[in-house]
Amino acid sequence: MALPKHASTLERVWHYTYLVICVAIFIFLIAPILVIIPLSFNAEPYFTFSDKMLRFDPEGYSMRWYDLLLTFGMQDPEAPRDGSWWADAWANAQWIQATKNSIIIGFFSTVLATTLGTIAALGLSRSEMPGRRAIMAILISPMIVPIIITATGLFFFYSSIRIQDWGVPYLGIILAHATLGIPFVIITVTATLVGFDHSLTRAAANLGADPVTTFLRVQMPLILPGVISGALFAFVTSFDEVVVVLFVGGLDEQTIPRQMWNGIREQISPAILSVATILVIISIALLTVVELLRRRSEKLRGMSPG
Amino acid sequence: MKLKTALLATALTSAAFAVSAQEVTVMSWGGSYTKSQVEAYHKPFTAATGIKVNSVDADNPATPIKAQVEAGNVSVDVADVEFSDAVRLCDEGLLEEIDTSILSAAPDGTPATEDFIEGAIQDCAVANIVWSTAVAYNTANVSMAPTSIADFFDTDKIPGKRGLRKSAKATLEMALMGDGVPANEVYDVLDTDEGVDRAFAVLDRIKDDIVWWEAGAQPPQLLADGEVVMSTAYNGRIFNAAVAENQPFEILWDGQILDFDLFVVPKGAPNKDAAMQFIAFSTSTQALADQAKWISYGPARKSSGALVGLYQDGKTEMAPHMPTSEAALENALVNNFEFWVDKDAELNERFNAWLAN
Amino acid sequence: MTDIAQPLTTADGKPLKSALLRAQSRARRRAFLLVLPLLAFILITFVFPIGQMLYKSVYNEGFTWQEDVTTGERTPIMTNLAAWFDANPPGTEPDEAAYAALAADLVVLRELKAPGQAGTRINYEISGSRSMFTKAARSAEKLEPPYKEALLELDKDWGNPDLWQAMRGASSSYTLNFYLAAIDRERNASGDIVMVPENRQVYVKLFTRTLTLSLLITFLTFVLAYPIAHLLATLPLRHSNLLMILVLLPFWTSLLVRTTSWMVLLQSQGVVNDALVGMGLLGDENRLQMMYNRTGTVIAMTHILLPFMVLPLYSVMRLINPSYVRAARSLGATSWTAFRRIYFPQTVPGIGAGALLVFILAVGYYITPALVGGADGQLISNLIAFHMQKSLNWSLAAALAALLLAGVLALYWLYDKLVGIDNLKLG
Repeated sequence: MALPKHASTLERVWHYTYLVICVAIFIFLIAPILVIIPLSFNAEPYFTFSDKMLRFDPEGYSMRWYDLLLTFGMQDPEAPRDGSWWADAWANAQWIQATKNSIIIGFFSTVLATTLGTIAALGLSRSEMPGRRAIMAILISPMIVPIIITATGLFFFYSSIRIQDWGVPYLGIILAHATLGIPFVIITVTATLVGFDHSLTRAAANLGADPVTTFLRVQMPLILPGVISGALFAFVTSFDEVVVVLFVGGLDEQTIPRQMWNGIREQISPAILSVATILVIISIALLTVVELLRRRSEKLRGMSPG
Repeated sequence: MKLKTALLATALTSAAFAVSAQEVTVMSWGGSYTKSQVEAYHKPFTAATGIKVNSVDADNPATPIKAQVEAGNVSVDVADVEFSDAVRLCDEGLLEEIDTSILSAAPDGTPATEDFIEGAIQDCAVANIVWSTAVAYNTANVSMAPTSIADFFDTDKIPGKRGLRKSAKATLEMALMGDGVPANEVYDVLDTDEGVDRAFAVLDRIKDDIVWWEAGAQPPQLLADGEVVMSTAYNGRIFNAAVAENQPFEILWDGQILDFDLFVVPKGAPNKDAAMQFIAFSTSTQALADQAKWISYGPARKSSGALVGLYQDGKTEMAPHMPTSEAALENALVNNFEFWVDKDAELNERFNAWLAN
Repeated sequence: MTDIAQPLTTADGKPLKSALLRAQSRARRRAFLLVLPLLAFILITFVFPIGQMLYKSVYNEGFTWQEDVTTGERTPIMTNLAAWFDANPPGTEPDEAAYAALAADLVVLRELKAPGQAGTRINYEISGSRSMFTKAARSAEKLEPPYKEALLELDKDWGNPDLWQAMRGASSSYTLNFYLAAIDRERNASGDIVMVPENRQVYVKLFTRTLTLSLLITFLTFVLAYPIAHLLATLPLRHSNLLMILVLLPFWTSLLVRTTSWMVLLQSQGVVNDALVGMGLLGDENRLQMMYNRTGTVIAMTHILLPFMVLPLYSVMRLINPSYVRAARSLGATSWTAFRRIYFPQTVPGIGAGALLVFILAVGYYITPALVGGADGQLISNLIAFHMQKSLNWSLAAALAALLLAGVLALYWLYDKLVGIDNLKLG
């Protein structure tokens, strides 16, 4: 991107203007996500930087909103913070309940989506697969169909089969979130299978491996990075999904996004920003994992210098 | 192994029994209103009967329960709804009828049917409070305090954004009163096409300055954040923000609209008996009076009025904050439920088309 | 040489051709069996529910069947009236027999507590008719012949020909009227399709607005994504991988978090306005209204959808050989000409892929407009949600959903044709 020596003045000016534009766009991308982090430590119940914050006065900052996350909904938040206080928080604090629900739903829907998705991706990546394109289109469609349509469809479907009477908690949401996560698993796993040398499996079979062994010993190590990032995508999709939960979730099935949605609509206190900050930190962690996986996968398959 | 199965079976049946007999799910409007009900009804009810009360919130409980009954997927046992919605849902056969004999008599022996304010007992609904939609303003932000409902619709006189509930009900009536229609003529005017046009014309004047709200907890927040200088609001929410959170909010009683909130039981409620028990308990003279300790809504029983005293802080006199106080009633409109039962769909359709343009 | 005429055989003596065919079909079957569980799962938990919902757009029992919600017992309603409609062609002036049928049906409605349901169905088409049913049903048992006079006495609107047209339409459970309503049309008394009065027209406007805002957002994402995708593609990998994180982080961050951030930034007491006031660019009383309106929707959605444009552009630009541009330059082209004639045309596939994807996602957006859109920043999804949750006109919601879905699927098909679903990339 360095400018050649013979560049004219006009080109030089344009070059630096271009760099400035790019920096501005990157700021547009990232600033909204970063700005909420300091604001979540605001000592005042406002959404903007107070004078004290701008002067970096420690008094302008506090952990009160994080504390509120913990105590909101507790039976006795004022009690001394001993074992029973924490037990109370664990059992009653609303955000903790929401987190538990989100994790349970996210975990099971991810397992479901990843298992079904990976197996299907193996079939889809075979050249013999009949009707490949059409089937692929159907399997990816949950990502494309507007979420409100999916949510209304499921609302009627689950009502008509009375899923709430089946006695399996969260079942409806888990199935729905698995459906929404599947396209991501398919996309990431088939991407790792692109350029997969099928003579490897044939060689394994020739050497006497049964199909299961072939899969576990030959294919799995190669597609594992794709499977894991697909699973992470599926988990994040579920962890972030609110519309389906609003439509089909039982009244006691609160999740983090649903709680956030209520909070944003009713009283967007800086407590929401502290949740948001925690979620941003989680997404940074997940992104790091996915990036590392991607590089490992490319190295494994010799597709990039690393 | 056998023992284990037997134990498991007992555990399961007792758990199932516990769920069906020991719980009641109550849906209300959220925020400080739900809190007042939890304190005045839910906690004493659980203490007296051992039945656990699950409290859930909605912007307007009438719509989720209608959706639940029609989809055959009812999870709410008791809902707190507005007058016209109670009547309409009852008409549509979506509610259980409530036997008035379950309601307790006043302490002096007056039967419930006479003790409740007129209209507070319906076939499928029993009122608990009288509340009001009124204009509230933040004294820190308005250039001058509004003195009449007309000021709400006059951004030249008092500049700044206005908050309004995103529905035709109450909004159209206020617009007419803001245009000088006296409270007792509002529904006659609104019953004509010209009247509806007139109401929308008033709203047109401030359309670009309106911030719409849907949940009752939003207006105090909009006022506190300075997003609006004035907003229509449920009066109890403003009272709580002002008294409990020391917000500089005032209520303009001129042009307020009074309405009942009523308890109803949706058809097919999973715990119908407990629901009826809950309603009987919560509409007793004492329970209704207790609620007024937590929020400034008027009890629906005459006998409760005398018991209303101080706010839970122990020093604020509740009477002047009630929407039914003499000063507040000077130019007040009582919501005409029959009008809205008839016109709700039509006017909301028009309202949505107006919003989208 | 002679065995060349002989067909080739496998070791066990079967002809090679059929053995190959069999092996192939076995491989096909195996591949299909791997996909089958997922396909079945998607069909049951996704395709079928959506189909079932869309069916509601053409099927409404409000005026034909009553169902007891507690027992599940179903009873036909309005049967007498339906029989009269069957016997008399459209446009027939309702006679005494018609009113008698109506009166008899009203009695049934009263017994079943269903006048509200029947009235609501007709009210979808004739505003204000709901209460006519509830009122008439209340006094249905007292009605006496001649029924025509008796009903007109109750409410003169019972003579309204539009009402009879609506009842005729509703007396069959199958109807296309909800699709008409979804495009601001209705049937008049003689059955012709006409526009609804102007003050009730809303859906066409919302569809148009959804399309124009989505186009605007797509264009904005293109304008913003192109420079940085180009920068990322031309920087050495070490650097571009680092910068790529800045694109991928928003992608991985919760939609609600990003929407919240924009609310914090854009509200009138928010960070942007405070900064502008602080810098003296804006008077304190002239704070910009950037939220609860269209502006808020556009800004927030552009930000949220930007990565979906950057990623496909980047993957196309990465593969462009820089020597073409260099060749153009050395042949005397200015840098602008080289860009316009050589570089840009090679990026068109990436633009197409990104633009289609962003557009498809934008037309179905719900959360962000609902939170920051105010009244004039709402999209069609928000209206579907309104009819699902507030007005409970589920058939209309389904009809709107069907129209939206048809549009999205057409674009999806186009995407598959032009880009290929296999080429969908996620970072």
